[in-house]
Amino acid sequence: MLGFLINRLLQAAAVMAAMTVIVFVGVHAIGNPIDVLIPPDATQQIRADVIARYGLDRPLVEQYLAFVGNLVRGDFGRSFVFNVPVAELILSRLPATAELTLLAVLGASLLGIPLGIYAGYRPRSPVSRAIMGASILGFSVPTFWIGLILILTFAVELRWLPAGGRGPTAVLLGVPWSFTSGEGLAHLLLPALNLSLFKLALLIRLARAGTREAMLSDYVRFARAQGLSELTVIRGHVLKNIAIPIVTVFGLELGSTLAFAVVTETIFSWPGVGKLIIDSIRDLDRPVMVAYLVLVTFLFVVINLVVDLVYGALDPRLRPGAAG
Amino acid sequence: MTAPILEVRGLATHFFTRAGIVKAVDGVDLAVARGRVLGLVGESGSGKSVTGFSLIGLVDAPGRIVAGSIRLDGRELVGLPPAALRALRGRRIAMVFQDPMMTLNPVLRVGTQMAMALDAHAHLPRAARRIRCRDALGRVGIPSPDERLAAYPHQLSGGMRQRVAIAMALLNEPDMVIADEPTTALDVSIQGQIVHEMQRLVADTGIALLWITHDLAVVSALADDIAVMYAGRIVERGPARDVLAEPRHPYTRGLLDSVPGEVPPGGRLPQIPGSTPALRELPPGCAFRGRCGRASAACTTMPELPAGERSVRCHHPL
Repeated sequence: MLGFLINRLLQAAAVMAAMTVIVFVGVHAIGNPIDVLIPPDATQQIRADVIARYGLDRPLVEQYLAFVGNLVRGDFGRSFVFNVPVAELILSRLPATAELTLLAVLGASLLGIPLGIYAGYRPRSPVSRAIMGASILGFSVPTFWIGLILILTFAVELRWLPAGGRGPTAVLLGVPWSFTSGEGLAHLLLPALNLSLFKLALLIRLARAGTREAMLSDYVRFARAQGLSELTVIRGHVLKNIAIPIVTVFGLELGSTLAFAVVTETIFSWPGVGKLIIDSIRDLDRPVMVAYLVLVTFLFVVINLVVDLVYGALDPRLRPGAAG
Repeated sequence: MTAPILEVRGLATHFFTRAGIVKAVDGVDLAVARGRVLGLVGESGSGKSVTGFSLIGLVDAPGRIVAGSIRLDGRELVGLPPAALRALRGRRIAMVFQDPMMTLNPVLRVGTQMAMALDAHAHLPRAARRIRCRDALGRVGIPSPDERLAAYPHQLSGGMRQRVAIAMALLNEPDMVIADEPTTALDVSIQGQIVHEMQRLVADTGIALLWITHDLAVVSALADDIAVMYAGRIVERGPARDVLAEPRHPYTRGLLDSVPGEVPPGGRLPQIPGSTPALRELPPGCAFRGRCGRASAACTTMPELPAGERSVRCHHPL
């Protein structure tokens, strides 16, 4: 078990190192941030000063090594555009995205998994057909369009919910959150719903496919032959067997939504990290881009590690060191 | 013969598929008494497994029991509401399946699965539950049952898993156990052990056992009585010794001849020509007549299976 963890952490370090190189080189290739940072009418002297200050005159390898050296000390550098430490910048935006993502992913799971199980348990019932039909919409209708329709319906026409922004925040454990107040929650609701629809559809389909397969299995038949009630069969036997693909997708969706909730954040003017990264790409704000993508890599590595550990908890055959 | 614990009369289970009605079981009569073993023998597709599932009320859609009566200790099971049937399953009538690799849930500990089977019928305190499960494992010849309770199915061998499945079937002390080819997936040496174990359990506990199999060698070692099934019907029945020594139906004869052993090594094994007919388009009359050397014009009408302990459904019995 310890060996497994060490192995995984080493892998994670290698992935992150590779990621910094790719991002660094890639960002270097797409353009020179100086053109964005300095007004076109600046003198040659100012130009040279700025370039020297940011170390942009040195060879790329040197710049990279300096960056990595700082990174190891926990220094992500300063944003070219905002002129504040990058770590601070990202952390100030992260809670907004985190609460939005968690609400969306958890909501989708709590609703989608039971619906999917039902649809798999009674595949021929009209209710199941309705669930599956609706889930196709969740897949195929683009997020931005649903977002606009949600705003039009609930904010403009019905005036039930605010159209955008984060609303008031309250500090909890040193971090500002929206979900602690009623009004903050109202601001959260529409963007979270928008984000969750695709995941909801995905989880419904996964849970349904798994349940259908499990219901036909011999162990379910054997459980029934022992007189277990249908509810016990589903709770005790089916749920744990269909959990592996669900956990996988849950992890991937959690990671990718945390990192790239860009569209929804833009439509609902949600001040999260998705908007930050889009702005930084437009402005060629290299430190922010690199730090952000390294952070995202780290996030995925951690989520995948957790998912792997959960696999072991769910299925004894997948435990590290398990025979067979 | 004492009054049978299980009595089946005219059982018919049909599958209503798009392509037509499949009469998997079409008028089966069976009777098993306490402490006795009835071997239900037949080829794949003869309807023997569907008969087993009909008895515990677990026929998958689009199949259902369309006619007949199943009496367990005098109580009619056909037409019982699902909840009442569920309460009987596992408690009064239990079933063991063919493939022990598939019948245990791979992600749950043996003890957890056994506890669920117990909880389905009785609410016992934790400690009592554990003792019941441990004793059940010990009864079927599983060494160090305490450790096995904490094991996952993949940590056990095939034979051990089948023993666990049998222990689970016996957990609630049913009157009747249906065993659907429980040794088919096992090594021959393990088969022998399981058969021996089952014989001992039947003798010790007085349960009635319906042993479904295509393997006449297993049946000859275990069964008191034999019923031979073909195309959804019983074609011959009687005490195991008589049926095996003097088969009267040409099909039973063919099955017995197909068992290697009588033929010298290297010799050609006799076989029944053709294969089991499609149950969807059974012509009227004896279903075996297309494969039978003794068939005549009379065989276009269905022969009756006379009542009685030893009987055969044939116009031209041997």
